[in-house]
Amino acid sequence: MSQPLSLNIALVGVGGQGTLVAGKLLGTVANLLGLDVKVSEVHGMSQRGGSVITYVRMAETVASPIIEPAQADFILSFEELEALRWAYLLKAGGALLVNNLQIPPATVSTGVAKYPQGIVSELDEKALGQSKVFSFDAQKLADEAGSYRATNVVMLGAMSRLTAIDPDIFAKAIDLVFPEKLRAVNHKAFQSGSDIIKYTCEF
Amino acid sequence: MDKPANFAGLDRQLLLGNEAIARGAFEAGVKVISSYPGTPSTEITVNAAKYPRIYTEWATNEKVGLEVAYGASLGGGRAMSCMKHVGLNVAADPLFTSSYTGVNGGLVIVVADDPGMHSSQNEQDSRHYARAAKLMMFEPADSQECLDMTRQAFALSEQYDTPVLLRLTTRISHTRTQVTVGEPIEQPRRAYVKDMMKYVMMPGMAIKRHVVIEGRQSQLQKDLDSGLVPGAFTITRKSEKLGILTSGMAYQYVREALPDASIFKLGLVYPLPIEQIRAFAASVERFVIVEELDPFIETEIKAAGIACEGKSLFTLQGEYSLALLNKVFHPETVLDPAYDTSALTPAPGRPPVMCAGCPHKGLFMALNRLKLTVAGDIGCYTLGALAPTNAMDACLCMGASVGMAHGLDQVTDHELARKSVAVIGDSTFLHTGVSSLINSVYNGSTSTVIILDNSITGMTGHQQNAASGLDIHNQPAPELDLEQLCRAIGVRSIYEVDPADIKACVKVIKQAVEEPQVTVIIAKRPCALIPPGIGKKEEVVKLDRDKCTRCQACIKIMCPALLAGPDGYPQIDPNICNACHLCTRVCNFGALKGGNEA
Ligand SMILES: Cc1ncc(C[n+]2csc(CCOP(=O)(O)OP(=O)(O)O)c2C)c(N)n1
Repeated sequence: MSQPLSLNIALVGVGGQGTLVAGKLLGTVANLLGLDVKVSEVHGMSQRGGSVITYVRMAETVASPIIEPAQADFILSFEELEALRWAYLLKAGGALLVNNLQIPPATVSTGVAKYPQGIVSELDEKALGQSKVFSFDAQKLADEAGSYRATNVVMLGAMSRLTAIDPDIFAKAIDLVFPEKLRAVNHKAFQSGSDIIKYTCEF
Repeated sequence: MDKPANFAGLDRQLLLGNEAIARGAFEAGVKVISSYPGTPSTEITVNAAKYPRIYTEWATNEKVGLEVAYGASLGGGRAMSCMKHVGLNVAADPLFTSSYTGVNGGLVIVVADDPGMHSSQNEQDSRHYARAAKLMMFEPADSQECLDMTRQAFALSEQYDTPVLLRLTTRISHTRTQVTVGEPIEQPRRAYVKDMMKYVMMPGMAIKRHVVIEGRQSQLQKDLDSGLVPGAFTITRKSEKLGILTSGMAYQYVREALPDASIFKLGLVYPLPIEQIRAFAASVERFVIVEELDPFIETEIKAAGIACEGKSLFTLQGEYSLALLNKVFHPETVLDPAYDTSALTPAPGRPPVMCAGCPHKGLFMALNRLKLTVAGDIGCYTLGALAPTNAMDACLCMGASVGMAHGLDQVTDHELARKSVAVIGDSTFLHTGVSSLINSVYNGSTSTVIILDNSITGMTGHQQNAASGLDIHNQPAPELDLEQLCRAIGVRSIYEVDPADIKACVKVIKQAVEEPQVTVIIAKRPCALIPPGIGKKEEVVKLDRDKCTRCQACIKIMCPALLAGPDGYPQIDPNICNACHLCTRVCNFGALKGGNEA
């Protein structure tokens, strides 16, 4: 790489879906790459099933920890509606990765609003420039790897395919972030995320 | 520096601002930390508890926390108390007078503001306390500064004989940035020397101490103006066209939006190095102050007769951002987005909800059925104000529900007491509800108080409290008996009920509100998210399709584990279900089975 790596990654989902751990993993990756990094998290009220976002910015130097509209290289959405909500952060040419999971919010269960249909195809059709949308059942892949809780790491595995970052760095970060007994499941989850993009791209 | 890419960076840790403050306290040789939880400050004390050298505790409220820390300082050790912005309102009484007495061991009070109100009931700006109480206040701009300024604050506290405030905002507290940690210092406890003139604040002594603190403040001002206070400010000189005065997170937005501007960055936001700022302002063509929330710095600068721009350009509300600064300084900026947002289907909102298995929900469903006026309080249960229960009429501050119910009672000559209740969590009741209950009993109230005892301080992420039987390290501690406490206060009528049993709740509440005296209902069931939890995973709820009429009554309780399937039948997510029995209880057809149906 001639230019130092610079990435803005938004991790979005519903409180409790594991965006915090994913953010910590990406922060560790940046640390291992010798880059400056900021990871901005949400704690508190929204963790109770609200919409949550973790911002990760890595570059030679990072000042603001927040990703602004049209500034994200990647959005990893752990739920479909949240992909729609945060899509405005993606820049032209960026990639939106969506876990095929629908969690109706309270506004829908009470009948105040409707859960939009066909979110993924809408996002795919309306993407401008060279932007790409990838969607897959990350939770199923995580389940197969050993725990649905590894959904976040499946998402990271998928993203890793689309970056120039050496997968070994991710593997090292997994070893640093997870306790011994969770490492094998997460390595496996990472690999299946990575594979799913490989196969999707070959279509 | 030439580091191999794969292995660089391991000397740098990625810490939350809050973790870095805990580390700073450890390195500064702090002996005692007493805090009450509150987002976004909670993780400071949680992390400090991991250092065996520091004595940490959860106090019953912020006033107590600060007083414990003050006592430790009096005894010659370094001490700290951490709280959220509204917590400082509760601790304001000891705060103001501790400024008069000064300290023995260094005393630092950490206060975390919440611009944007991610998890708060208001957006107050704590910097006003620094001016009002005549205290130094630091404001870090990233995690490294959190660590460094914590150490600095302790040194200055002892040097100037004053408590020192350290102000955070949510974005600083909850952002991980790289930190190079230092070595802890040995900080021997200072000798305790009895000194009535310094520590006993009666008018005769306080009059003399007031002279001392005005002297301290003018000495500090001189030192600041001469640039003698380490960490007070840094100046980056670039263009002479534009100079910015800023601090904290706003500094990061300025740095990114205006790479060519000269920047006067404050580390100490009170008092200000006025003469240094005057010289800086004179050296630039345009002088702008960028600060979130109130025009605190701006007011000081204008009072000193320095011309500036500030809130004429920026909002008083919410968090700032790069986009906001660009709007003011580079309105020509064009974005290259992946989506034309106006062409996308709008996403319905996703407000926070009570968790699967939350014990509060059943009780709020009962309140909803009874259509009572509910004086509310602060905690997870405040979500009872929202759909589907919609059972809260007011929520002001911690502990307020009990007094509000008494006020509603008195203003209607006891009539409204028949149709109203106060609801208050266990931690909140112990925080400031107890004194209000004493007041209600003493003053002949006929109000009803429901204590939602889930055996934990839930909202802030599960901290133990005096009624939970465990201490900050999850070790056994004396367990306060709420019923005995209420009896001792003079409450004659006390009920206990299982909040998940809606029918029992309805019955007890109906009976309690009719009583012409203060009545307490203890709704007792532990939070579903703490061990031992409510049910076992083998007991997750299952659907009997043959019995289900698709009436959707179970969907309406809005359990996160229970979704309406496309065919109208409920779908139960076994990963989320905590095996409570609320849905089985609302089903009139026996179609939902499992949970620990008692
Ligand atoms: C003065 C003050 N301190 C702290 C807080 C933060 N806070 C909000 S709710 C809460 C405690 C809630 O615990 P509890 O009353 O037991 O109810 P639960 O959340 O467990 O239902 C705290 C500490 C606050 N809002 N105000």
